[in-house]
Amino acid sequence: MTGEPFYNFAYLDEQTKRMIRRAILKAIAIPGYQVPFASREMPMPYGWGTGGVQVTAAIIGRDDVLKVIDQGADDTTNAVSIRAFFQKVTNVAVTTDTGAATIIQTRHRIPEHPLIDGQIIVYQVPIPEPLRFLEPRETETRTMHALEEYGLMHVKLYEDIARHGEIATTYAYPVKVEGRYVMDPSPTPKFDNPKMHMSPALQLFGAGRERRIYAIPPYSDVVSLDFDDHPFTVQRFDKPCALCGGDDVYLDEVIMDDRGTRMFVCSDTAHCDGRRSEGHVGKQAAVEEARR
Amino acid sequence: MYVAVKGGEKAIANAHRLLADRRRGNRDLPAIGLDQIVEQLALGVDRVMAEGSLYDRELAALALRQARGDMIEAIFLLRAYRTTLSRFGYSRPIETGEMRIERRISATFKDLPGGQLLGPTFDYTHRLLDPSLAGDEAIPEGERISVDDASPPPRVSALLAEEGLVEEDGSVEGDHIADITREPQDYPMGRDGRLQSLARGDEGFLLALAYSTQRGFGRSHPFAGEIRIGEVEVELDVPELDFAVPLGRVRVTECQMINQFKGSAKAPPQFTRGYGLVFGQSERKAMAMALCDRSLRAGELGEETGAPAQDEEFVLSHCDNVQATGFVEHLKLPHYVDFQAELDLVRRMRAVHEAENETAEDQREAAE
Repeated sequence: MTGEPFYNFAYLDEQTKRMIRRAILKAIAIPGYQVPFASREMPMPYGWGTGGVQVTAAIIGRDDVLKVIDQGADDTTNAVSIRAFFQKVTNVAVTTDTGAATIIQTRHRIPEHPLIDGQIIVYQVPIPEPLRFLEPRETETRTMHALEEYGLMHVKLYEDIARHGEIATTYAYPVKVEGRYVMDPSPTPKFDNPKMHMSPALQLFGAGRERRIYAIPPYSDVVSLDFDDHPFTVQRFDKPCALCGGDDVYLDEVIMDDRGTRMFVCSDTAHCDGRRSEGHVGKQAAVEEARR
Repeated sequence: MYVAVKGGEKAIANAHRLLADRRRGNRDLPAIGLDQIVEQLALGVDRVMAEGSLYDRELAALALRQARGDMIEAIFLLRAYRTTLSRFGYSRPIETGEMRIERRISATFKDLPGGQLLGPTFDYTHRLLDPSLAGDEAIPEGERISVDDASPPPRVSALLAEEGLVEEDGSVEGDHIADITREPQDYPMGRDGRLQSLARGDEGFLLALAYSTQRGFGRSHPFAGEIRIGEVEVELDVPELDFAVPLGRVRVTECQMINQFKGSAKAPPQFTRGYGLVFGQSERKAMAMALCDRSLRAGELGEETGAPAQDEEFVLSHCDNVQATGFVEHLKLPHYVDFQAELDLVRRMRAVHEAENETAEDQREAAE
């Protein structure tokens, strides 16, 4: 029992990687379809990114450059932990620069910097089934997908409009991929949904606990569900990032004191840092600069 | 200022150092040895092995110590290790009929071949805290008697099966036995996959479900036909050899519940069975498993269904405590991107609500 246990490159054994790659290939062949796979226990808890970690482990090679983000940030605790895991078991290069990465594993965000041809983005997915909260049974929802029976989802969206005047779904907003499967984009804010459409990057989704993998191949049609008279819209922030002054980005609200002062800053930290190093200065950053 | 989200790496390292410190506790006290855990907290070790699905007392003890006594954390540690082990074969089915029995009771017959054997049980102990156990009082060594290994006590189910009163063991259709650790879960699941899921399922969850069937949610009337605890031989077929190779012995607890069954168009009236088998000594788990197994067979036997314990997808999707704890505890992870999206929505909806109220107020005043 003594001595360091030996682990294969990227932790998983080659048989397991092969099984996962097969599932990934099938997922790419049927865009938006949830492929069951024999998910393994990982050394981090289920629900903490085991699906994404298994997908990344199955595709990563020695020449890859890995970026890991959580909530858009490279330095949130779970992103740090997953990045450290891959450094330990693969020793590949890591980066925070979106443009420099070949594989980006993410939870809850798509980077602001547009993804390019050849990149792969791996999403961590808690509940892969977009119909789950309308119908809890796997046996039922699989039939609904098979029959393309998505009326229930449209009724839900319609009821939202009837009750609230708008579709009250702000994240994990359902999309239809290549005109066939309704898919859960993982709990990204709907702000990020348009980035999935016609993306040059390969998008892979891993749900470890629920044992599902799905994919959007590059340049696929990804449409957020809506109605003609209630078209899909994304949330807009009424002020720019307080640190980099960036517009048209997703912002985090930071509570500054107990008197209601708020600061809005980029959720994508790499994007924010990049802009600041280019000389962009937001309102709060200017105040702090002056104080120094 | 804006430093709260920076420095995650350092914070994590520091947290883990503090964890190591707290795990060790007061350095004036000797560290607890794995052998002590194996010997003196044996049932805890058994549970970790059972739900961790790995039969290794020493590793289970290590996991328990590493987890500071947190059962589910220890089970998780063992599972995560187990999944990295290469699979070199599947053993032959263990023969519980040839068990070296330490405990064996039946609630259905007063006496039976092989007799009733109480074994090391908490049953009939008075639950009075024993101050003498606070120290290290000498416990007299037990007495050894030799038993006849050649004719082990027959299983109660076998005795009943002779008259056709109880359903037979049954056989697996085809030669493929499910392996829930290598294949994705798919419903409806065969009984092989179901039993595997239940065997590693959370003791507390199965206990509560089993209890619910007794109280009427999916009523079944079970008798504890037989519970036996002891060691069985594990054997492996090796392609080059024409005999099975013994690998060693494992201690298991087996429970055969016998349930009333009035018969249906498909089957004559006879007793049916629910089956429980768990690593180590864990009667509670084995009994709960047997009750759940029987409840999940309601559909197959043409009985009324609808209670939680009869719902395969509900029971099997939620009985794994490693999955359950991961997903419940993932709520600790940052969710501020999603929360921001919801904040924005609630603020907008409140603004609309306020505006509508004001308009209504104005109209009322105008009308008056």
